[in-house]
Order: sequence, then C-alpha cells, then structure tokens
Amino acid sequence: MIDAQTIQSRFDIDHIRSQFPILSREVKGKPLVYFDNAATSQKPRQVIDALVHYYSYQNANIHRGIHSLAEEATAAFEDTRDEVKRFINAAHREEIIFTRGATEGINLVAYTWGRQNISAGDEIIISAMEHHSNIVPWQLLCEEKGALLRVIPVTGKGELDMDAFRKMLTGKTKLVAVVHVSNALGTVNPAREIITLAHEAGALVLLDGAQSTVHLDIDVQELNVDFFVFSGHKIYGPTGAGVLYGKKHLLEEMPVFLGGGEMIKEVSFEGTTYNELPYKYEAGTPNIADTVALKAALEFIRHTGKENIRRHENELLAYATEKLEQIPGVRIIGTAKEKISVISFVIDKVHPQDVGILLDNRGVAVRTGHHCAQPLMDIFCIPGTIRASFAMYNTKEEIDEMITGVQRAIKLLS
Amino acid sequence: MKTVKPIVETEQEIIEEFGLFDSWDEKYEYIIDLGKKLPTLDEEYKQDENRVRGCQSTVWLVAFYHDGQVTFKADSDAVIVKGLISMLIRVLSGHSPDEIINAPLGFIDSIGMTSHLAQTRSNGLLAMVRQMKHYALAFKLKHQSAAT
Repeated sequence: MIDAQTIQSRFDIDHIRSQFPILSREVKGKPLVYFDNAATSQKPRQVIDALVHYYSYQNANIHRGIHSLAEEATAAFEDTRDEVKRFINAAHREEIIFTRGATEGINLVAYTWGRQNISAGDEIIISAMEHHSNIVPWQLLCEEKGALLRVIPVTGKGELDMDAFRKMLTGKTKLVAVVHVSNALGTVNPAREIITLAHEAGALVLLDGAQSTVHLDIDVQELNVDFFVFSGHKIYGPTGAGVLYGKKHLLEEMPVFLGGGEMIKEVSFEGTTYNELPYKYEAGTPNIADTVALKAALEFIRHTGKENIRRHENELLAYATEKLEQIPGVRIIGTAKEKISVISFVIDKVHPQDVGILLDNRGVAVRTGHHCAQPLMDIFCIPGTIRASFAMYNTKEEIDEMITGVQRAIKLLS
Repeated sequence: MKTVKPIVETEQEIIEEFGLFDSWDEKYEYIIDLGKKLPTLDEEYKQDENRVRGCQSTVWLVAFYHDGQVTFKADSDAVIVKGLISMLIRVLSGHSPDEIINAPLGFIDSIGMTSHLAQTRSNGLLAMVRQMKHYALAFKLKHQSAAT
C-alpha cells in the first residue's frame, strides 16, 4: 500500500518541468508561460525520444513484412493499442481504433454508424457547448438524411440544462453526442447521467473526450459509453495520433469507412471482403511513429498519476480564479460547479485580442477568440474570451505573471 | 490635386519613430495610443459589406475615390489592430491606386510587427493590407474602363 503522502511527494513540479524541453525556452525575451494547453499540450522528453527512437531504429511498414524490422514496428504500434485499452479501461483491444484525432473519430462515426442508422425524422442531440468538430459532422449527416439536430441549452453558469435534455429525449432520439469537458469553459459535464438517460430512451452516446482524457480517469466500461474519442496531442502525445473507442458489437456492425490497404481481407475485382476489427477502420499505412510515441505519453501520465496531476491542476484553477476575481472589470465566463483546468474570462471595454497580444509580449501564451465554439459565445453575447488552460507543468508563479500582465493590459488599454 | 508625402517617406518616418523605443512595451503603448486617437467610423459604414474577413477582432474598412486619390477610413473593436490600421492609413491614404498597389510596406517588418502579418487566422493585418490593395485595384479598373 502506498499512502497519500508518498503519492503526493512523487509530484515534484521541478522534476516534471525539467522533462519538458520547450519550457526552458524564452518568448520575446521572457521565460515561456504556456497556458494554451487546451489547444495542445507540450511534449515530455519521453515522447520526443520515442519518436526519434522509432525513426532511428524501428521504422518499417507494419502488419505485412515478415522481416524483423516490420515485426518490431508492428509490435510497437500494437503496444500502444494495449496501453490505450488500459488507459480508458476498454474491454477489448480491438475496440481501440487509431485516428488522426478526436475530429476524425467523430467523423468516422458520423459517416459509418450515422449513415447506416439515421433516417428521416430521427433526432441527434448535441449541446450548445460543443466544439465545431462535434457540430458540423452531425449537421452534415442530418442534412443528408433529413434528420433533426437538437441542441441542449447551456445555463448562465455554463452548465448543461439537464431538465431541457430530459425533455428532449424521445423515441426519435438516435444519438446523443456531447463534450465531456468544455474546451471553452472548463465545465465537466455529467457524463454518467447523460449516458444513462440516453440509453433509457434507446439512444447511443458519443462522448467527445478531447479535453477530458488528460485530466479525468476515463473508464469506458463504467461509463457504459458507446463511442469515445480523444486526441493524442492534448494528452502530452504527438499530433496526428488519436483514438476512437467503440463498443465491439457496434464497430462490428458498422459499415467500413475509408477503403484501401490494411482494412481488407481479400480483394478481387468482383468484390472485396473486409478485415476484422480494429484493422477494418485503419485503411492505408497509419501514422505509425506518432502512434508509437503516444504510448510514451500515456505511460508518462500513468507514472505521474492522474490523481496527482488533477490535484495540482485544481489548485492552479482555484488560485487563478481567486486572483482574476480580484481584478475590477474581469468577468469569468463559465462558473460551473464542476470545472477543470480551464479559465475563460472577459474584461469590461477591453477586447480579448488586445490582451492576448500584450500577454504574448510578456511571454505568456493564452488563447483568445471564440475557441471554435461560436454558438456558445453567442449565448454569452461575447465575441470571445481570454482563455488560460493549465497542464501538470504549470505553476502559481506563472499565474502571477499572467495576472500582472492582465493588470498592466487593463491599464494600457482602458 | 493635394500633394502627399511619397509612401516610402512616410514609411521611413514611422521606422524612425519606432527607433526611439527601447522596449516592446513602449512600442505597444505607442500603437495603443494611435488606436485610441484614430477617429471612430460613422455608424453608417459599420456594415457587413465593409467588414474585413480574417480578423479575430471586428474590422471595418471603407475606401473613397476622388480626383485620382484613394482615401481610407477604418475602425476596429480592438485597440492594437486599430493602431496598426492607423499607421496603414497614414502611409497609404491620399495616394493613387497605382502607388497603393505597388506600396512595399516594408515598415511593418522594420518596426517588428511582422508577426501581425502571419497567417494565423487571428491576426488581421494581412487581411487589412490585402483589402486596401483590392480597393485600390478596383478603383483603378473602374476609372480606367470609364476613361476608355
């Protein structure tokens, strides 16, 4: 048994920071303060090394060659699948489909399951806090099939209106596709409750885990979620390596997506039979190197401990919230009870872009704008926000630097 | 016809003004000041057709043609962008379409504002410059064809 004290002492912030090479660089002559983690996180040495190692020693095309290199590359690639299975507690390794990222995973489901199962008059429910990636694929599907896209409203605090959601669920509802954690507000949605309610109505659920996977413990079996997507690059892994999880029986019943090599069993001009899961959905040579390196990211998180990371990030969020609330004219957008790692705010009579430029001038990287969630910004009647999103390597001193920057920006701009 | 300073001369003036600043903070302070001083655009011009696309902030740009000269008026809800626009207007306004089309605008780089020309979607300066040159080209074509 390891006690809490031991676990806590393992979280040594200096040690963690030392593993992210980019954190030692300067921007505009100032130490980099990276608060744009919801867009993409920085990469630890282990991930960078894994990429270099793969190309230096293991590079080969996978699943076909009988030579040693091909076997090693295949093993490394498939090892990541096992690590992902463990990371999200999937029941079967073939439920893990590698994609370029969350967006591709959502599109895959929309183009395969969606086109097979959605008909005229059916309804798909999304929420008003969706990122464009979880809006547009469903819009396209609904237009094509004559189905209806319904939107769960968001309250002034930035929470889903669950009463409205309950009323929306009917026999017509075929799918509920919602974000697990909002990229723009940091709201943690009640995934378990959403899934239970949707299932009771006979609908399936796709959970967009792009923001949640790095912070929360994901157990797809416990959640009983039908589809779950996430991107490797937001969890300290490489870009272009993402995951679609789907329940085995659903993936088996769904039609194929992209046609090509790898996804076939037999090809003749008379007809083609398709490969089994997961290869059925992995046409062509996949992004082998980045997928191999994704394993290093997942191991890194596992070794650091999600519980430790979460405790640290929650402290940062509480600290930033407290400090920002003290600045006159600052309004925090998204004050949900359950929030994680993201703080979005606006300032009276000051445009977010101006603040973003001035913060960058101090080496502080924040995101400004609508965060690819324009409908959500419309609800709050704002053109956009300033968003700081935290990762395991951020510190309170960095938040102080941002606060000083915000105060100075307000002075200059108003 | 009113005489205005050649474009390169105004550009040089701006480069010299920026040469006086020691730090980025001072540069931005100056740009913010320019932004605050740029007269606001009349509401009648704040139409969708005058919006410059490709900016995170809202930018309106209007162009007028009189006696062979193009003049610009612009506005934005973000002050730094407005300051940058103010400099572009100072350099380009009052010149002929040809002068505007061929303006090098090297001053943007010289004063260290190139990053605002980057294609990052969030920055509007590049879209702004393009739009000003488009207006000049449109006036040129319109008045050339009217003359022939």
